Amino acid sequence: MREIWGSVEAAFSLLFHPDRYLLSTILVSFKVSGIALLICFPVSAALAAAISLGRFPGRGAVKLLVRTAMGLPSVVVGLLVLLVLSEAGPFKGLLWTPRAMVISQLVLITPLVLGVMISSLEGVSRRVAEAAHVLGANRLQVAWAVMREARLGFLTAAVAGFGRAIAEVGSVLIVGGNIAWADGTSYTRTLTTAIVVESRKGNFEAALAFGIVLMVLVLAVNLVLGLLGRPEEAR
Amino acid sequence: MLKVLLFVGGLLSIIGAPLAAAELVLATTTSTYDTGLLDALNRSFEELLGVKVKVIAVGTGAALELAKRGMVDLVLVHARPLEDRYLAEGWVINRRDVMFNDFVVVGPPEDPAGVKGAPTAVEAFRRIAAAGARFISRGDNSGTNFKEREIWRAAGIEPGGRWYLLSGKGMGDTLVQASLMGGYTLTDRGTFLAMRENLDLEIVVEGPVKGGDPMLMNPYGIMAVNPARFPDRNYVLAMAYIGFVTSPEGQRIIAGLTVGGEPLFYPTALREEPDFSEYVPRDWRGG
Repeated sequence: MREIWGSVEAAFSLLFHPDRYLLSTILVSFKVSGIALLICFPVSAALAAAISLGRFPGRGAVKLLVRTAMGLPSVVVGLLVLLVLSEAGPFKGLLWTPRAMVISQLVLITPLVLGVMISSLEGVSRRVAEAAHVLGANRLQVAWAVMREARLGFLTAAVAGFGRAIAEVGSVLIVGGNIAWADGTSYTRTLTTAIVVESRKGNFEAALAFGIVLMVLVLAVNLVLGLLGRPEEAR
Repeated sequence: MLKVLLFVGGLLSIIGAPLAAAELVLATTTSTYDTGLLDALNRSFEELLGVKVKVIAVGTGAALELAKRGMVDLVLVHARPLEDRYLAEGWVINRRDVMFNDFVVVGPPEDPAGVKGAPTAVEAFRRIAAAGARFISRGDNSGTNFKEREIWRAAGIEPGGRWYLLSGKGMGDTLVQASLMGGYTLTDRGTFLAMRENLDLEIVVEGPVKGGDPMLMNPYGIMAVNPARFPDRNYVLAMAYIGFVTSPEGQRIIAGLTVGGEPLFYPTALREEPDFSEYVPRDWRGG
């Protein structure tokens, strides 16, 4: 218990007096997870619209596949991406870089984001789609109307995707290699993999402090996203 | 929509862009990284050649597997029989001795299996097994794990049962687990010294550094990935790094790393008289 309070104190003193190690680690975490989400979000939105509004054979199977992939273990994703990147070819140079981490996080969070988007689209689609259709909208306009109605669900998808990306350890540890330069600047070390290093060394207080820093920053992101997602009349 | 596509295309092109060339990737064990040794070596190496070194800290078994797949430029590991296998299969070349420290058997201060005073690690392991006292194994194909299995084999014991746990984690984690569970484990002295203040564990069998069991010797070797098999790896820089680590400067840095006045590693690369056994598998009989 004493150790936990020690960590809380250490976390806040770290947050207010961040050193280069912490700052660069935060930056890598946010850069990698942020880019993964920025790429994943529009692609997933288009796919979700196609899957939930489209009419094609095997639609049920696709949805089942997406839902199953939501449970992909991050270490498995990391190993798969590692082995693919290690094959000679255009991607070989990506191993042990932040870009490799973006790729593995994309694989990891896309099913989650896609799954939440599909659910939220299906929650509104029939009613809104019929109304839009009656008003003479073409298919793209119908899709757009449905997506507008589902925007809160889309926000939830983004928050969940970012949360999974920034909190996961397994895949970024494997494909990024958890590298910090000798001068103490992070290259592929994230807040979560820094926690692995500190707890491996028995520095539990520092490890917990990094965890608290992570949670405080995720809270800040959620507050910002929450503001964006408020219904229009409340703005 | 077009804008969105352009935006996504732009992001994808960031991911696929070519990378700068001059960098070195070293796979090594958690014991050399967590003690701060590699940061100390790499700071000097970077100053000397302006080349940044990426350190992938995993177990010895994993480090050699990364070398075998051409994912790294060189490895610094500690399990001679395993190193010899990868040398003999041609995955790595130009092996040099770098340094040694030793393993020690550690356990709870109460010493429930009465191990203190055992003359050898083999005898200590027999007492632990006979008492059914808790033992935490790395169970991760690391150099330490190889040494531990070697000791059980020498003791004629196949460890099993509820007293024998596999942590599946690095040395630091395993020491922490042994400390929290009141168990025994085998550890390299360096990691134990570096973490001692966080642990409720004592040395129960000394290694050769303190005049203990010679079986607990823990030598580290460095070797480059075979450039004939992986021409795209940075062999020239890998050899430069091996040269640096085995140079008077590199060896001085290794000797200078201490915890509470005790050295963590003892350099062995500098010898006036040759010792060819460092270059080839130990059972090699060449003409």
